[in-house]
Amino acid sequence: MTFDFSTQFGRTTFPNPVFTASGCAGSGKELAQFFDIRELGAVVTKSIMRKPRSGRATPRMAETPSGMLNSIGLQGPGIEEFLAHDIPWLKAHEARIIVSIAGETIDDYAFLAKRLSIVSGISALEVNISCPNVENRGQVFACDPVTASAAIEAVRRNVPGTMPIIAKLSPDVTDIATIAESCVSAGADALALINTLLGMVIDTNTMLPKLAGKTGGLSGPAIRPVAVRAIYQVRARLPHIGILGMGGISSGNDALEMILAGANGISVGTATFGNPTAPIDIKGDLEKLLMDRGFSSLREAVGFAHRTTS
Amino acid sequence: MINKYAESTKAEIISNKKVGAYHHLVFEVGGLASHVRPGNFVAISVGGPTSAMVLRRAFAIHRSMDRGASGGVIELVVAPHGNGSKWLTSLPVGSYVSLTGPLGTSFGIPTDNVRALLVGGGYGSAPLFGLAEVLKARGNRVDMVLGASTGGKIYAPLEGKRSVNSMTITTDDGSAGVHGRVSDVLPELIERNNCDIIYSCGPMAMLEAISQIAVRYNIIHQCAVEESMACGIGVCMTCVIPLRDEDGQIRMQRSCIAGPVVDGERVIWNSGGSIPEGTLGAP
Repeated sequence: MTFDFSTQFGRTTFPNPVFTASGCAGSGKELAQFFDIRELGAVVTKSIMRKPRSGRATPRMAETPSGMLNSIGLQGPGIEEFLAHDIPWLKAHEARIIVSIAGETIDDYAFLAKRLSIVSGISALEVNISCPNVENRGQVFACDPVTASAAIEAVRRNVPGTMPIIAKLSPDVTDIATIAESCVSAGADALALINTLLGMVIDTNTMLPKLAGKTGGLSGPAIRPVAVRAIYQVRARLPHIGILGMGGISSGNDALEMILAGANGISVGTATFGNPTAPIDIKGDLEKLLMDRGFSSLREAVGFAHRTTS
Repeated sequence: MINKYAESTKAEIISNKKVGAYHHLVFEVGGLASHVRPGNFVAISVGGPTSAMVLRRAFAIHRSMDRGASGGVIELVVAPHGNGSKWLTSLPVGSYVSLTGPLGTSFGIPTDNVRALLVGGGYGSAPLFGLAEVLKARGNRVDMVLGASTGGKIYAPLEGKRSVNSMTITTDDGSAGVHGRVSDVLPELIERNNCDIIYSCGPMAMLEAISQIAVRYNIIHQCAVEESMACGIGVCMTCVIPLRDEDGQIRMQRSCIAGPVVDGERVIWNSGGSIPEGTLGAP
């Protein structure tokens, strides 16, 4: 019997559940030297904005125990440049593409969704409403159910009903399941859990924050238990919604943990910084671990940790 | 194609020697050695399989040697500053590390005969010796200036000295060579040797000082820049520096793939902690 490794977000089927994480795979090109990007379930692009953006000043990075802080600040070329260069390259290399979008205003989300609605070859949209590296934390839409649903609604209104929308949420909230519910009510097909956690490192020699932007997003294995918890809570509240799990996955076993918590697919982020072939290594190990446990499909394992045992 | 010849490999340490304040390490790397150009770097995982250090460390390649069928080697000069480099320099011969390379841009090698001045700060001198050999083999005049805070931090192996026409040392504390900085001795050397091109590697403040001198004398300056890096392969966007492109536009660019070797004239210096005015997408 063959193992069914496929997964689904909205109405789109992906041949396997291992994706890159937004902002951790460049434009896809950078990783193509190390593996065939068609092997990925999908490439999730860096979050793209309406206009070019320089991002934050350096230093932008600080390593932390089993993790790192980043303070990129959504550096990017803007949607037009992105559509002119990155998308054609990904299409030419037959990658499945999930475009991640980020905005400063609700209108930005509407604009980006509308612009992308006429572009072919996009498998899904990730709506990043939770980037911590913005000047004003008030702009983190995902910290409030009302603003979160407003951003998702703006995207839903402007793309065809067949286009899956994945809302990327922040763990820096009191009740992530409530935010998830409001996004689903606004038209999200799936949730990406979790974005980085807001953190800070102070250099004890200079006695100042190490990052130019002072705060940064914490990623890596250090945050994995937070991600597993968030996925488990949201899966318990929303049994049938798609969940793309991420946060410190660096092995097949880490990926399996998120699947068992309720993720339908997983994204590999920081692990790629330490090992360029991490997504492919994890994919192979995850498939083997699922088969070893007697599953005949990925689907059977999703949320398996929620079962009641007597 | 970005990093066209890069691969990830398990590399064996075949030599590890303490040299002054640094360690000189030799790695068996197989075929990738044949693709190394002076200025390229490698990224190495540190701390072993259960390490809490999740990021690779980037090291400029000191020298590389392609030995055909018996495989190639690369040499690194490592300063044991942080926990990652301390771990690496403590490894015994016979250990294996996960190594990715060769990465990044390399120093441009002129096709015509030139008089080159190579300037290194601290262990930043490491990639200059491989470059000196290449330039010398092509019949160019090569002069070298090495500077450091103190004599023990000058990295200048004996065989390296043989591949240059002259060697000038400067130290901040006067413990070796000229008491002062590399920028103090450059004007005289440029004038005396009628130098056409400067190649440099070292701390950013030193590269900036050299760049100003290069502009004053209207000579080409290629420098290997540094900015704290998480991945080394262009995916994390942390190691950016502001560079002016041919169209005149300043863009925040990744020092790992747009660099580490860049034309000094393109760099907007002394911008750490802020985004220079006029940068594309500046706030």
